[in-house]
Amino acid sequence: MFTPLNIILFGVVALLGVGFYGLLITRNLIKVVMVLQILIKAVVLALVLAGKLGGNPGLGQSTAATVIVADTIVAVVGLALAVQVRRRFGTLDVPKISTLKG
Amino acid sequence: MESILYGLFLLGAVFFAYRAIVSKKILSATIYLACISALMSAVLYLLGAAQVAVMELSVGAGLVTVLLVYAVSVVGDDALDPPSVVPKPLAFGMVGLVMILLGWMAFPAIPAYFERGSLTLAVSLWESRVLDVWIQIVLIFSGVMGVLGLLSEKTPGKFEEIQR
Repeated sequence: MFTPLNIILFGVVALLGVGFYGLLITRNLIKVVMVLQILIKAVVLALVLAGKLGGNPGLGQSTAATVIVADTIVAVVGLALAVQVRRRFGTLDVPKISTLKG
Repeated sequence: MESILYGLFLLGAVFFAYRAIVSKKILSATIYLACISALMSAVLYLLGAAQVAVMELSVGAGLVTVLLVYAVSVVGDDALDPPSVVPKPLAFGMVGLVMILLGWMAFPAIPAYFERGSLTLAVSLWESRVLDVWIQIVLIFSGVMGVLGLLSEKTPGKFEEIQR
């Protein structure tokens, strides 16, 4: 029951659950970027684990490296958007931003 | 022993993830996120993915944390997270359902042991997945553009000049 495989898979599912919960309750644009980071960390761990389980650890690790790079770019662009939105509209509240015009 | 280490690191990561989400201050949430990255890199190292662990530690706990702190310093830590639109019991229920479905699908799929493969990270990345490396270069270039957008000061655009 408590083999390393099961524990890691438990961790992946728990991190994904916390991330989905965060996406549902978070309204601040910067925190949305942070929640996406949490979700991606769970996915990176799942990819490395899947590569190891499938007998091809190199493939899983290279895919995880690609995901880390893409995730960083998502964070950078998301934060740049958040800063510009704050400067333009004066708020980071997602529902307010979606109802604003101009 | 290995199971205990995995359990401790992942429990810590999940705890810090929850704290990062419920934390009212964005700066505190940023520190929690860096802690998650550090713990995840420890788990990845234990799994034998040392290069990915180093990437996760340097990028996740280093670069992204610095960018988040910079963004918080620009927008101000007074930009608190307002209360949720979705009722918390509903969010808990939906997430619980998703986790049960994920567990139901994922747990029967795992074998009882780790299989050993021969393809190394270097061969996989530089020979089998060359296209991905090129895509990563393009992504990094777009990331540099994103940093420029993050650092740029507000200047009046054509639309605002016409309005004046």
